[in-house]
Amino acid sequence: MGAGKYWVVSFTVVVAFLLLTRWQIGNEYYFFAAYQVLQFIVLATAWNILGGYTGYTNFGTGAFFAVGAYTAVVLHKTTALPLPVMMLVGGIMSGIVGFGMGYLTLRLKGVFFAIATLALAIVAQTLIVNWDYVGGSRGIYVIRPQQSPIYGSYIQYLYSLMLALTWISVAIARTIERSTLGLGFNAIRDDEQAAEAAGVPTLRLKLISTTLSGALMGMSGAPLPYYVTYLDPASSFNLSYAVNSVAMPMIGGMTSWIGPVIGAVLLGTIQQLATVTISSALNLLIVGVLLIAFVIIAPNGIVGLVQSRRRARRR
Amino acid sequence: MASPILEVSGLGKRFGGFVALENINITVETGERLGLIGPNGSGKSTLVNCLSGTLHHDSGSIVFGGRPIDGLPAYQRTRLGLARSFQLPKPFRSLNLVDNLRIPLLYTVNARHGAHLSGAEIAERCRALLTDVGLADKALHLPRDLTQVEMRKLELARAVASAPRLLFADEAMAGLSPSEVEEILVVLFRLNEAGITIVLIEHIMRAVMSFSTRLVVLVAGQKIADGAPQEAIRNPEVERAYLGE
Repeated sequence: MGAGKYWVVSFTVVVAFLLLTRWQIGNEYYFFAAYQVLQFIVLATAWNILGGYTGYTNFGTGAFFAVGAYTAVVLHKTTALPLPVMMLVGGIMSGIVGFGMGYLTLRLKGVFFAIATLALAIVAQTLIVNWDYVGGSRGIYVIRPQQSPIYGSYIQYLYSLMLALTWISVAIARTIERSTLGLGFNAIRDDEQAAEAAGVPTLRLKLISTTLSGALMGMSGAPLPYYVTYLDPASSFNLSYAVNSVAMPMIGGMTSWIGPVIGAVLLGTIQQLATVTISSALNLLIVGVLLIAFVIIAPNGIVGLVQSRRRARRR
Repeated sequence: MASPILEVSGLGKRFGGFVALENINITVETGERLGLIGPNGSGKSTLVNCLSGTLHHDSGSIVFGGRPIDGLPAYQRTRLGLARSFQLPKPFRSLNLVDNLRIPLLYTVNARHGAHLSGAEIAERCRALLTDVGLADKALHLPRDLTQVEMRKLELARAVASAPRLLFADEAMAGLSPSEVEEILVVLFRLNEAGITIVLIEHIMRAVMSFSTRLVVLVAGQKIADGAPQEAIRNPEVERAYLGE
């Protein structure tokens, strides 16, 4: 499918999906649950730009996500900006954090980079815990506007925004994947020295990757205060964001834009089902077990599994 | 002969207290085939790394094509036309052969002033480059499907894809059989005829002697000989370094 066709088709699908769900589904819980899954698609897709394409494992998803969320809190307290603008600002803020992190840590490789991102998450959380204006460790209540700016309930509005963001994120990931930029990212992932010797400005590309990845994570975090209405550091920096955003692309497949989408839909849905039917404490256990199973059985994820099947059939 | 393409003067590099290179002066003339030899640990690869920008030298200066390139990152040196292959092949493992070559084409050739290849032209160049080294029928394979000698050829093809003026071939033949060495030499001779200056870093003396028009010998981080190959290896210091006293 060509790039133009993909944009048209995917946009149509998203709009149709949006309209259909809004018409057909009355129970608000489904929007609540779908928001979660969509949010994970964005997080997994964003993580994969740095982790999958460029090969740098980021365990700091929670930090970027929370930077977006707390940006929205500050904007909520100081301004009356509409939520989409808050998402944009949240994205810019976490993009800046991504750029800074990239600049400070990208001379580190492999596991050292991963540890540094984990440290970043802890530093950011400590800062927020000690920042009283946004609630500190007590957390903060965020009152949703009485009325949704568009037809339907507020949760439906949040869901619509997240659906739009999902479309944007996936479209960005797909565009990168097929571009010169994406090829440069792949070169860095495979061998940084060789990439540099082939003319790839590795430092610049890595900064683009961390910035973009961080920005998308922040954008997905910005609506969180309105989604949960009570935001505290322990939940917004929750380790489950980091674990999920690593696990979803790994399970779906890290080399293609569709991988994180598949992984996020699969894991996100399973976790929602488990929360409702069994218990909410079971979530991370499920993620862990699936992750281990996939690392052993299909290290290249579902997409890798399908690709190797196809290749085998062709021979 | 035209003006030198590369002038290295007073180059030094140390790793902590260890002096890897000391006061190296080398001039490479445009179009020549220079052999660079020396025992293991004599600093050959360190020199290549310093010249190509993978490492940064501590003292001295490097002038490439009349332009000082000290401090330039590796990718900019490649864009200026100074390419290298790696001693241990470093293919982009997740990409097929065509994509392996597209990267230098997109990032080096297309990044140069005034050059912009279209998608079709890039595909055509990739095909031509792979044909040149005899890998055309594996164009869509991954590097892991290649044999050792094919891997070396891919390594050279990728360096050449950046359309360099000067190529450092860092032990492009190590571990290959005599007939495979011959294959690589044929490729290198052809590249040189096409106008690329080549610096061959190699242990296999037969290959170096048949290829080089001039020989530079490094021992323990110092240049001890520089001249016509036959004379250089008869130099008493070189004999001592290679054969002992």
